Amino acid sequence: MRETLILLFGQTIQMFLVLLIAPGIAGITRRVKARFMRRQGAPIIQPYRDLIKLVRKESVVAQNASWLFRSAPYAILAFTWVAAALVPTFASGLMFNWAADALALVALLGAARALLALAGMDVGTSFGGIGSSREMMIATLAEPAMLLVLLTMALTAGTTRLPEVAEFLISAPITVRVSLALALVALIIVALAENARIPVDNPATHLELTMVHEAMVLEYSGRHLAMIEMAAQLKLVLYISLIVCLFLPFGMAPANAGPAAWPVGMAVYLVKLVLGAALLGAWEVSIAKMRVFRVGEFLGGAFVFAFLAILLAFVTREVLN
Amino acid sequence: MTGVDYSTAPQLAILLSGILLYAVAAVFAAMFHRHKSALAAVYPICIIAAAVTAGASLAALLADTHSGFRLPLGLPIIGLHVKLDALSAFFSLIVNLGVLTTAIYGMGLDRDRDLSGRVEPFFPAYALAMNLVLIAGDAFGFLFSWELMSLTSWVLVVSHHRDAGNRHAGHVYLVMAAIGTASLLFAFGGLAGASGNYAFDAIRAVPPGPLVSGLVLAGAIFGAGSKAGIAPLHAWLPLAHPAAPSHVSALMSGVMTKVAIYGLIRIVFDLLGTPVWWWALPFLLLGAATAVLGLLYAVLDHDLKRVLAYSTVENIGIIFVGLGLALAFRASGLTAAAAVAMAATLLHCLNHSWFKSLLFLGAGAVLHATGRRDFDGLGGLIHRMPVTAAFWLVGAMSISALPPFNGFVSEWLLFQAVLAGPQFPEPILRFMSPAVGAMLALAAALAAACFVRAFGIVYLGRPRSNEAAGAHETARPQQVAMALLAGLCLLGGLFGGVMVSAIQPLLQTLAGAPLPAVGTGPTPLSLVAFDAARSIYDAPTIAIFLLISGTLTVMLVHRISSRRTRLGPAWDCGFPDPSPLTQYSASSFSQPLRRVYGSTVFGASETVDMPQPGDNRAARFTVRLHDYAWELLYAAPARAVLRMSERLNALQFLTIRTYLMLMFSALIVLLLIAAVWF
Repeated sequence: MRETLILLFGQTIQMFLVLLIAPGIAGITRRVKARFMRRQGAPIIQPYRDLIKLVRKESVVAQNASWLFRSAPYAILAFTWVAAALVPTFASGLMFNWAADALALVALLGAARALLALAGMDVGTSFGGIGSSREMMIATLAEPAMLLVLLTMALTAGTTRLPEVAEFLISAPITVRVSLALALVALIIVALAENARIPVDNPATHLELTMVHEAMVLEYSGRHLAMIEMAAQLKLVLYISLIVCLFLPFGMAPANAGPAAWPVGMAVYLVKLVLGAALLGAWEVSIAKMRVFRVGEFLGGAFVFAFLAILLAFVTREVLN
Repeated sequence: MTGVDYSTAPQLAILLSGILLYAVAAVFAAMFHRHKSALAAVYPICIIAAAVTAGASLAALLADTHSGFRLPLGLPIIGLHVKLDALSAFFSLIVNLGVLTTAIYGMGLDRDRDLSGRVEPFFPAYALAMNLVLIAGDAFGFLFSWELMSLTSWVLVVSHHRDAGNRHAGHVYLVMAAIGTASLLFAFGGLAGASGNYAFDAIRAVPPGPLVSGLVLAGAIFGAGSKAGIAPLHAWLPLAHPAAPSHVSALMSGVMTKVAIYGLIRIVFDLLGTPVWWWALPFLLLGAATAVLGLLYAVLDHDLKRVLAYSTVENIGIIFVGLGLALAFRASGLTAAAAVAMAATLLHCLNHSWFKSLLFLGAGAVLHATGRRDFDGLGGLIHRMPVTAAFWLVGAMSISALPPFNGFVSEWLLFQAVLAGPQFPEPILRFMSPAVGAMLALAAALAAACFVRAFGIVYLGRPRSNEAAGAHETARPQQVAMALLAGLCLLGGLFGGVMVSAIQPLLQTLAGAPLPAVGTGPTPLSLVAFDAARSIYDAPTIAIFLLISGTLTVMLVHRISSRRTRLGPAWDCGFPDPSPLTQYSASSFSQPLRRVYGSTVFGASETVDMPQPGDNRAARFTVRLHDYAWELLYAAPARAVLRMSERLNALQFLTIRTYLMLMFSALIVLLLIAAVWF
């Protein structure tokens, strides 16, 4: 009973931890980008201020918006939050880590994305439609690539449960595996696309012809916009955590170690997150955004990488076990 | 096989009484088809019959009933066999739940507007025929009921016969149904072999040799697969299913395709003997191609009901992949994996029957309210039909395999089965399973895009026509029918673990083993595929998590936010346009997808006709798509048949002398053949 409570406590910590650090991670990325561009940049806590400002402002809702438009931000945030709470971050084997395996994680994110795309179409403006249409096109390539990456990892570890995958990779002998390298490249491309980062989308632009994510959320304001932004920041944390959990799980507190190992695990996790955010910033200043219709080829590349990865995993599986 | 003393289990007796009630309803409606007040009783009778039959089949499924008897009807000597086992019971449950909900929907139909005088006699007859297919215990009964099912549904397809498009659809459907039945006849001929005993028990006792079983497999896949809508034989389906009245479309797409899958399972998993690994190849290849192709059609189409029909094609592809995996695993002796694949297949049959019926009923409500089913005339219906919109959203999320709804459960199980692929001893299967997994992943993502588009264009935004602007909410019985199906979609999504344990005996029969680790998860409701350390999907826990995080979000935001809301005009980057035509349309939504996938799959080409400056002509933009399946497999043979019949037409205008000459030479040729042969 006591152990259950401890694990539940750990799960609750993670749930609120991801929520608390998400705006900060976005702030770090923006700061790094600014410094690379020789700008001072906003302080790292700026996203927190923005969120509070947005929440305090009144919401302006279009006259012909439906209930879906108003309720979607809550649902999108809830879906993304649950997904982020279930990815192993600082410790594996928390209370509910098992509830959603890798496939369920993809589906939870898919539900959030579908609701966001629907919300973009609700008011009936051309920009909302453009954003939703492009988002779903990107998703048709990014989601299968991500599924294949996760299936590759599941094959390598023999389980679709993310904590077990992480533990397997910690304990397995370190060898260079081609399939894992391919999977990593594919997952990074997917992460860039899903988080609307350069070169697929530019989070800092409102240029009509190139918008994807920003076009979908154009009609949102006030608290609704705050929730959408929060969900986007959570999603970034989720993807960095996922990459870290699958490819650099070292330092994560193991399942049977108990709460004593959590502070170390948390420190390592935060360092990895900050590094990931900084790398993302560096990447974004070093590359230009591509045309929307080149995105298909870019993500098609991710799909092919992921497919090669799973093919190799299938073929070499016998040798490993 | 005469004189076998079968017992008649109570489940079978109740089931038969329900089926008899369908027959009564059909005869009653046929006799009184001119009396509107009498016809009003048809759907209530169907509801009772469906409830009785569904209850009996659920009981038979849970009790793993094996029961049957023989009637002195049908073929001489063999008689007519009636039997009920867990497989029949499972599909009978699908059929009768479908009939139950669509009959409730039918009660709310507008009698004059929906032409139900033509529909009502054949609706129970159609339900009756589908039930008869499932309880047939011999090839004659099976094919007879199969043909009855095709014909009754054909009548329903052409019930709006004044529309030339519907007549064309009915024509293509009839031809395809005839070819499919002929192919099944061929398959059963191979199964019965030289002894010619068409009873299933006799067939099961003597499995055919390897060559014959290959031919039977081909015949079954062609016959039952064309009925189910497998590509590239699918082209009739998006014509015929939407042409019928919407509640019949729901039955055809949601339920009749499952009866076809039942036929396939019955032949391949039950009658054909021990499976060989290569049997799985056509299932995997056709299924994976169908899954992706069906959705690409759907995502580029402009007609609400046709989009749903194409999505049925996709789901049949997923079911085929599941069947192929189950066959391959069973042939390789991996019974646990076979059970996972089979569970995914069966659950997907059930799930698809629910959400596809729901979506078709919703489409019917839209069609009734606006008179339109083309995307370019719809929009903004969430304001005018809020109930339908909410239920349709549930259906759309279920079919896109999004948690916590039921589509995800079968999809999850199927991916777990794919992950067992490296255990295949055959290298071809080991290479194919990741490819199949990739196609399934692609299909899942495309499904989400397809249904975001469909829901967004039909229900969201601003109305694109006056009809859509003046739409009204649908009648109460129709709302009830949709509510039932939406509830089933949610329950099926939450309690996948319970549903899997209910079909354990069936999995034992079909896959050779039950699911290995049902009920060993962290909570009693967890769905566990192989073992709890390997994979768990716990929908109730996730749902509770979603509830908690949703509530927390609402509380947090409302605690610190201003909660002030102002209504204003849409922002639209500062340039809102009052015309609804400036919204994104269905074709603009699918344009990026068409650019990415269309050029290879459909040979899509775009032409822009831009007038020179000073020219007042309107600019034109045209997109050309090729439906290769139709062009190569339907249009080309049809042209060949037409050409040949024109040639043969000359035979009608010969002289008597030439006719006698022809007959005489035919006789000589036949005699020569007989002399050489024997």
